[in-house]
Amino acid sequence: MMNETVAIQTKEDFLSHFKDLDFSFDADFSKEKRDQAKEALKKLSFPTSKTEYWKYTRVNKIIKGNYQATFPEGELELDLSVPTKNCLVLINGYVSKELSWFENTKGVHFSSLSEAKEKSEAMPKKFATLSKDEEEIFSSINTAYHQDGAFLHVEKGVQTEEPFYVIHIVDSEGAVANPRNLFIMEEGSAAKVVMKTLSTEKGTSFTNMVTEAFVDRQANLSIDKVQEEGSQDYQISCEQVEQKADSVFKINTFTLGGSMVRNNLNIDLLGQHTETWLNGLYLLQNKQHVDNHTHVFHREPNCESHELYKGIMNDKSTGVFNGKVFVHREAQKTNAYQSNANMVLTDDASINSKPELEIYADDVQCSHGSTTGQLDEEALFYLRSRGMSEKSARAVLLNAFAEDVLNHISVDAVREEVEAFIDQHYQGVK
Amino acid sequence: MIKIKNLHASIEGNEILKGINLEVKPGEVHAIMGPNGSGKSTLASVLAGREEYEVTKGSIEFLGEDLLEMEPEDRARAGMFLAFQYPVEIPGVSNINFLRTAINEMREKKGMEPMSGKDFLKEVKEKSKLVELDGKLNNRSVNEGFSGGEKKRNEIFQMAMLEPKLAVLDETDSGLDIDALRVVSDGVNKLKTKDNATIVITHYQRLLDHIVPDFVHVLYNGKIVKTGDKSLALKLEEKGYDWLKDEAAVTA
Repeated sequence: MMNETVAIQTKEDFLSHFKDLDFSFDADFSKEKRDQAKEALKKLSFPTSKTEYWKYTRVNKIIKGNYQATFPEGELELDLSVPTKNCLVLINGYVSKELSWFENTKGVHFSSLSEAKEKSEAMPKKFATLSKDEEEIFSSINTAYHQDGAFLHVEKGVQTEEPFYVIHIVDSEGAVANPRNLFIMEEGSAAKVVMKTLSTEKGTSFTNMVTEAFVDRQANLSIDKVQEEGSQDYQISCEQVEQKADSVFKINTFTLGGSMVRNNLNIDLLGQHTETWLNGLYLLQNKQHVDNHTHVFHREPNCESHELYKGIMNDKSTGVFNGKVFVHREAQKTNAYQSNANMVLTDDASINSKPELEIYADDVQCSHGSTTGQLDEEALFYLRSRGMSEKSARAVLLNAFAEDVLNHISVDAVREEVEAFIDQHYQGVK
Repeated sequence: MIKIKNLHASIEGNEILKGINLEVKPGEVHAIMGPNGSGKSTLASVLAGREEYEVTKGSIEFLGEDLLEMEPEDRARAGMFLAFQYPVEIPGVSNINFLRTAINEMREKKGMEPMSGKDFLKEVKEKSKLVELDGKLNNRSVNEGFSGGEKKRNEIFQMAMLEPKLAVLDETDSGLDIDALRVVSDGVNKLKTKDNATIVITHYQRLLDHIVPDFVHVLYNGKIVKTGDKSLALKLEEKGYDWLKDEAAVTA
């Protein structure tokens, strides 16, 4: 009884951070979703150690923080030069018009979510229809209190080349943000999105991001997600994806920074002959904690999903991988592959890896595997004996370990950035 | 070139080398032979700087410097090269690119400009011909998927690229068929000059038909128990090691 009272109080304290936010200007369909989510929130509570889905990630530290949901004053002290024509910059959940630049070509609608709520005809039918607001408390918090976010709608048959960058920055002590993104890929369309989360590291912050993506028949969406916040930044991020027949969806998640990062990836396969690629690379230092949870639901026959997650754990960092592939009774001829490999560099670092297959069809090809090891000392000695310094030999070996994930990156600039990160951070690592 | 004095070394508390004395001068080829477990590979490992081996007594002077104080990469940069008995497979690391990094790091330490891509590739082409690996090295990971013979030829190729002053060949002949043995030893012979030296560690005499040694040392129970010229190798081939073991027992 006591615990329950405490839990309710904790939830109310946390939600009180958003009480001064003004959503009166919001579009009606969005207000309706906010109200539904608030209603759901009354019944939901924060996960505890007894909640299986959150077993290895304690959210207490996150939810007990003292936050302020505000748009920060003053100039941003970050270099945002990214090589693209389309860049939407969000600060503490709000769009910064001054820092964003993009021009829409025919059949492409890239804008802030708030602008799309006023203008887009496609949006009301889609918005908040994938997010699990009735079940997942962080999703409902986002739906109820989201400030702004990115919107991308690519019309039928339009194939875009230039990547769309969505950069979210936390930029104040106690920043709390609920950025909300919506991507709509119509039949036969194609796009690449790069989602970056950054921090100016002014103090504790919490980003609770939700992204919904609709990938229609024969459409192709690829997302490179680069998480590079600082040592006091918390992030919970959720992608809810729906794929129709013959579509391709790929997401590469790179976790390079952040104090505690949780990624929830839920992919629903609603048509035949779809292709899904989920890749991840987490490079952890100090006391960082990263938790990747993925769910792929095979509901139709002849679909394939590939999953490859790799991690390098240093210092006292901890990692969690939980990948679940669910193959419905109808989903014959499913091909589903899952692999998680980890390199643990110290005795104090650890990983909890749990690939799971739940199969109800009888004619499928599925496999899963998980490995954990250390840096190959023999290979290290070999490289050094040829005159390579210990620093660069380590970086070379770690780059090699990460390479098959890096090969999936669709935007060159992202690959260069991740490789440079490995070179810088793992030179001389013991 | 190298002066090894009263070298004692152990691994996990077991003493393997029990007082090795050896001097190698420029232009010389020394063969070290001996039965299994005599300490041949330990000697190679200590020379290359493997951390698992602890030197408990003695000294090694390499080109006037204290070798034992140097990191493995500094030994390589000073001109030491070890051809591994078991070359390591390193998936994902390009056989060519890693050498280029290593060579350019060495050059940087010596205050030299990095080698241009063009010059490097020219060099690769030339040196890989030496061991008949021409064209086989491109885009492959270090030793990954190489046959036993290819691995050993790759070692000699790396030696050719790095141009060491002292090359230590640790059982380079093990597992090679006669053709590969010929290719490998021809490569080594072509790299021989009056300024460099080679230590050939082997169990069998057959390699020494191709790489002709100036001196043959027999290592037994952590010590050099006999030194002679190439005829000693032939005698060992004929009579085995037992007569030496007996002799060693008598002297001990």
